[in-house]
Amino acid sequence: MSLVLNEDQLMLQESARTFCREQAPVAVLRSMRDTRDSIGYPKALWQSMVELGWAGMAIPEAFGGFEFGYSGLGIVLEETGRTLVPTPLVSTVLLSATAINLAGNDEQKSRLLPAVVAGESVIAFALEETTFHNPARVALRAVKTAEGYVLDGQKKFVLDAAAADSFVVVARSAGKPGDTDGISLFVVDANTPGITRQPLSMVDSRSAANVSFDKVAVPASALLGNEGAAWPALERTLDIARIGLSAEMLGSIQEVFERVVDYLRQRTQFGVQIGAFQALQHRAALMYSEIELCKSLVRKALSELDRGDETEDIAALASMCKAKLSEVSALISNEGVQMHGGIGMTDEFDLGFFLKRARVAQQTLGDALLHRDRYASLRGF
Amino acid sequence: MTNLDAFRADTRAWLEENCPASMRTPAPEDEVVWGGRHAVFKNPDSKIWLDRMAAKGWTCPTWPAEYGGGGLDKAQSLILADEMQRIGARPPLVSFGISMLGPVLLEMATHEQKLEHIPKIVRGEIRWCQGYSEPGAGSDLAGLNTKAILEDDHYVINGSKIWTSYADKADWIFCLVRTDFEVPKHNGISFILFDMQTPGVTTKPIKLISGNSVFCETFFDDVRVPARNVVGRLNDGWTIAKRLLQHERTMISGFGLSSGRNNRGGLTGSLEQTAMKYRGDTGKLSDPALRDQIAQFKIDSEAFAFTSQRSAQEAKLSKGPNATSSMLKNYGCELNKRRYELLLQAVGTQALGWESLTNDASDFAAEELAVAREWLRSKGNSIEGGTYEVQLNVIAKRVLGLPDMTSMIGKQ
Repeated sequence: MSLVLNEDQLMLQESARTFCREQAPVAVLRSMRDTRDSIGYPKALWQSMVELGWAGMAIPEAFGGFEFGYSGLGIVLEETGRTLVPTPLVSTVLLSATAINLAGNDEQKSRLLPAVVAGESVIAFALEETTFHNPARVALRAVKTAEGYVLDGQKKFVLDAAAADSFVVVARSAGKPGDTDGISLFVVDANTPGITRQPLSMVDSRSAANVSFDKVAVPASALLGNEGAAWPALERTLDIARIGLSAEMLGSIQEVFERVVDYLRQRTQFGVQIGAFQALQHRAALMYSEIELCKSLVRKALSELDRGDETEDIAALASMCKAKLSEVSALISNEGVQMHGGIGMTDEFDLGFFLKRARVAQQTLGDALLHRDRYASLRGF
Repeated sequence: MTNLDAFRADTRAWLEENCPASMRTPAPEDEVVWGGRHAVFKNPDSKIWLDRMAAKGWTCPTWPAEYGGGGLDKAQSLILADEMQRIGARPPLVSFGISMLGPVLLEMATHEQKLEHIPKIVRGEIRWCQGYSEPGAGSDLAGLNTKAILEDDHYVINGSKIWTSYADKADWIFCLVRTDFEVPKHNGISFILFDMQTPGVTTKPIKLISGNSVFCETFFDDVRVPARNVVGRLNDGWTIAKRLLQHERTMISGFGLSSGRNNRGGLTGSLEQTAMKYRGDTGKLSDPALRDQIAQFKIDSEAFAFTSQRSAQEAKLSKGPNATSSMLKNYGCELNKRRYELLLQAVGTQALGWESLTNDASDFAAEELAVAREWLRSKGNSIEGGTYEVQLNVIAKRVLGLPDMTSMIGKQ
């Protein structure tokens, strides 16, 4: 299997890079932060991305998508990570659309997925209930009624909740928090009575909210798949999203590193370029080495997703990606600030945005500690 | 059936027919075949296996058939490797001739030199050693001082080399010597080949911290070598030396690849299984801090293996090993060192025995003793083939394009 990009993929990378550099630089995120934008992503830009096909890359043709594969989607995510442009790619495409595609029936998929591909629908994924990623810990109750279900409980850190027209809600229809049995997925209209969104102002300036579901009545048709049996689809969805998010992190990491190396070549002190100092050279060389490993992991995981046969090892690969990328993301963002010196501490300079995004991305869908623990369990120790 | 399918079928049939059963098991250290005039075949099957493979040129599958190689293209050689792996076949021959000298000769030597040396490498008849480092030229390799003075049609060589791996067992040496003393240090070095039996060559093994002696000091006292044994242009040896170092790094980075595998360091079973066994754990490793460190190590090992694959794929698209060989060498060596440090933590004092004082190994088992010796050996990984720090310099300069301080403070 190839871990090197092919011609088509290189073209996609080039066009995505040009688009992000020219249309969606870090200045976009900065301006959204400064204007306290309430939607959470630049609507017109997102529409242009949709026209480039980015929302439908990994969605089956039968439901309006383009089946360009996860490798393609990963390339796009990597480029958005380079300029930190906020998009609903993680919330709507990687999480909710995947869950619908994996767990939903044909009627639900035909109704919901084409609208995602067309950029008409933002579907937030309501999962977390504590301040740490812990998918089995879900406690939000789903109680069966004559007409359907009543959802009752609290969700934390729901990405893109502000702009969402609907939610995929991870709920417990049986058992107790911590059980993998008894978890169900529902697609819920965001305007259903009983739903309250409490926006959060996060350090990365991206959109997230705490969402409370207060006796929210939903029809039986809102259930995705079988009641209480959502765990396998949920795990798979999360693994795909962890790999996709890792691709975004890879883009940010590379961007910061390239900026560091440029700075080392430009900045002069003691009469020489500071890049001539071995203390900085060696740290740069070590960062380079770690980034090479990150690239290989992300490429491998994305191409395994596209291969899609039984020998795949997606769960372990997803945890390897998220563990390693989280670790290296911390390293590069910290060194990025340090090696830029004073200017790295200023708000005017972009580096702070990368540092802040790095930490939120590290925590999202599980940090390095969580994924090393999960990897060890998957590998039997 | 395509040509490649036919090749696979023929290869599979040939291997089934010709690979002795005992050659389909992992080779213990003392059964690895290095070849040479004094080759040792502890297991007689390994001689049969070497001769059969060498007759087809499959000890060096992609080398030109003209010089005794297999003449296979990349796709065929991958199939051969695949089919050998399928039956667990051992490499028939391991040598510095195959992994370091041969590729450089094929690239840079004359037709006559190739005809003289390549077939003997393929057949494992001559065992080579590397005369690079000197007591005064380690990381600053180009500062080497072994002199070669032309007298008629011979060079007379005087000086000494150090850290010459297996010099006491090798038949020939590829050696860096100074042939011009008036020019900047990189421009006066030549790459020359000679027989270790030439009068004036002596070797002395160096005892290491592991108690073993794989390295030697090598002395040259008026050693007369035919001038035609210089490879490449006179005084252009540094170019060849650097090229060969890239091959060497690629070889050494293989230590890191195998470090993720089982059955190394004497103890059977993986690192994590070993840690659990010595703690009496079942299902889950009871020490959470060690478990986290082992997980981190294994993730890095897997990511490193993917990176080696990716680098090989990229090398095929361009040409030969590239500057990333420094990165792979370093990461591979650090992984191997990490593995042994973790193994010491996994096993505790039972991995720190030096030798057994009982007849029945009731104090330390042989495989436990091997852990300590291998752990000590692994410390050399980040020194040999260019130190860790030198590789970081290479990455900073060649890959990242950072300025070179040594050129600012005045190169000698």
